[in-house]
Amino acid sequence: MSGGVDSAVAAARAVEAGHDVVGVHLALSRMPGTLRTGSRGCCTIEDSRDAWRACDILGIPYYVWDFSERFKEDVVQDFIDEYAAGRTPNPCMRCNERIKFAALLEKAIALGFDAVCTGHYAKVITDSDGNPELHRAADWAKDQSYVLGVLTHEQLKHSMFPLADTPSKAEVRAEAQRRGLSVANKPDSHDICFIPDGDTAGWLAEKIQMTTGDIVDESGAKVGEHPGANAFTVGQRRGLKLGTPAADGKPRFVLEIRPKENKVVVGPEGLLAIDEIRGIKVSWAGLPIAEVATGEDFDCYAQVRAHGDPVPASARMAGDGLVVTLAEPLRGVAPGQTVVLYQGSRVLGQATIDAARSLQRAEL
Amino acid sequence: MPVYLDHAATTTLAPEALAALTRELARTGNPSSLHGSGRRARRSVEDARETLAAAAGAHPSEVIFTSGGTEADNLAVKGLYWARRAADPARTRILCSAVEHHAVLDTVEWLERHEDAEVCWLPVDAQGLVDLAVLEAELSRDPASIALVTVMWANNEVGTIQPVARMVELAHAAGVPVHSDAVQAFGSVPVDFRGSGLDAMSVSGHKIGGPVGVGALILGRGVKLTPVQHGGGQERDVRSGTLDTASIAAFAAAAEAVAARLPEESARIAALRDRLVDGVMAAVPEAVLRGAPGAGRLPGNAHFTFPGCEGDSLLFLLDLAGVESSTGSACTAGVPRPSHVLLAMGLDEDTARGAQRFTLGHSSTDADVDALLAALPGACAQARQAGMAGHESSIQTAGTLARQASGRS
Repeated sequence: MSGGVDSAVAAARAVEAGHDVVGVHLALSRMPGTLRTGSRGCCTIEDSRDAWRACDILGIPYYVWDFSERFKEDVVQDFIDEYAAGRTPNPCMRCNERIKFAALLEKAIALGFDAVCTGHYAKVITDSDGNPELHRAADWAKDQSYVLGVLTHEQLKHSMFPLADTPSKAEVRAEAQRRGLSVANKPDSHDICFIPDGDTAGWLAEKIQMTTGDIVDESGAKVGEHPGANAFTVGQRRGLKLGTPAADGKPRFVLEIRPKENKVVVGPEGLLAIDEIRGIKVSWAGLPIAEVATGEDFDCYAQVRAHGDPVPASARMAGDGLVVTLAEPLRGVAPGQTVVLYQGSRVLGQATIDAARSLQRAEL
Repeated sequence: MPVYLDHAATTTLAPEALAALTRELARTGNPSSLHGSGRRARRSVEDARETLAAAAGAHPSEVIFTSGGTEADNLAVKGLYWARRAADPARTRILCSAVEHHAVLDTVEWLERHEDAEVCWLPVDAQGLVDLAVLEAELSRDPASIALVTVMWANNEVGTIQPVARMVELAHAAGVPVHSDAVQAFGSVPVDFRGSGLDAMSVSGHKIGGPVGVGALILGRGVKLTPVQHGGGQERDVRSGTLDTASIAAFAAAAEAVAARLPEESARIAALRDRLVDGVMAAVPEAVLRGAPGAGRLPGNAHFTFPGCEGDSLLFLLDLAGVESSTGSACTAGVPRPSHVLLAMGLDEDTARGAQRFTLGHSSTDADVDALLAALPGACAQARQAGMAGHESSIQTAGTLARQASGRS
């Protein structure tokens, strides 16, 4: 329980459903801040007390479990390493994969619990054989199935998302109010929890050695210089400070980061359109569909951001990797991001994007 | 009813205390007022002062009522430091044991950060006993620079009793005053302020069957103290604030009751504790008793480390089984930290994380010990399993699947 309204209501519903519930607050830092400021940060002492208060009202025990070391290694360091390698990671996904539904789940199972219940907006549907499927929440606007797309069959078997069928966030707040939970009007969390002031670039600059290098255009010609390639993200337009104007006079965007050469590649907006994605570290959210084993093409929708629109695609396995051909090109796809595949509301699985290909650029 | 084995955190309210508390709460009157109601309240407070003084081996005028042990510790340590330094600016050193309660520890650290104090942390041995040789050496090294010595009477986590009288002798020989936090010792073992030679001593109400929110600093008549809290000049002008007649009366009633039964009760509780310790060692042979053996520790205290177990997992599992215990150490926002006491005793962090404290009190019975011994082996086995969970995950994740796949190819 984060101390927010979603996990408090999720816990309340689990209690009401007759489960034996214990509230657990994750300590992800050994040096928590005292008070929360707006929607930023997390794991402050105030958040911990809010979660505690909710548990008291629900009449359930409350514990703080310290996963700060694991979090530092598996999420924060991974985030730094990925950026240092020129990729764009999703730390929330990493946290779900390795902390909430791994380290925490494992400890819970060892202590005699059956499942981890969270306030995520997503749905687990279990078939008659007990195999779980992950689906989008009823409220697609709040749906968080993307960040849970990394969960495996085993993890989903031990996951409970009581907010699955909630029509809206307003409903959850109203329910919290009705239940006397003081967090009913607490602001939602945004941004990355371990970067409390929201300044990701500034935070990274302190952690990663930045070296000045060249900005080149799509043909490889030098058009400017940058203070460090790792500070850029694919699709970025501002802050390039290019000396040489483009031939067509139109704005240029970051197309690619080449960490080994310490180069940033820029080009016109059209070249940002990605037609094909190659993914690695593939996992299936539940049992994989039949085409995974046969290597056949299958129709699906691909989503590359937590709140991005899914686009129709065709995918197939190639060895250990995944190839996704997009029916409509997607903009701003960066290596390190996760592509999650859907069929209807069902989450099939995910892969880490290793390469994003633009047909237009390939023809150049 | 759960089995309560956390009497060091707070203990059952004594019937005498409850009677005094409810009697006084029903009455109106400020002990500082001069009219009849005030006089009646004052009578209760002064009766209580005499009673508490008798129970603590002090003179009534040496009793300064406070809001509890923490306030008494703050008042003693800051007040002594400021008064001693005001008399001679060279006195900036504080000799303090490494195993103090946070009420003393954090106060001393605050003085270090904000008031130019120089702290010498007195080391302890594996049982938690202060090294007298170090104390002696520090006292002889420029005694004129020392503001005070502060060493607890008995430790709240592991129960080790310090040789207070001997330390006072050494300090007084060097002309240095001594404060002792006797919150855990008072009411549990004989505590005689006069006999100890101490200059200041902190005691608390709710650890001995009184209510929470009341305590006292026993302060020698000749000891000068700079006040921390200013106002109406109550309590020798050292601790201002309207006196809490009801709590004070209840505290004194509890102190009187506890003093009257002390020899029999401490022997009964010590025997129960010994049975608990023997039982735990038999049920979980790898458990290690921490602190001093036998009479060297508080009669109600049993403290163990359980290898491979996280203290908070064990606490949770015992709680689930209806047995209430403690990891023994303080926490911030509930984040369990390894105990500074155990670290000072030479334990490594992993070992210290496996701590569990069971403390007995007046309401404790053989049945409580039986219940713990029945629940403990299962809880330990499960906590050990959960303890491994923090390290390498056995849950199949996208990451482990990818590693397996790359291992195959």
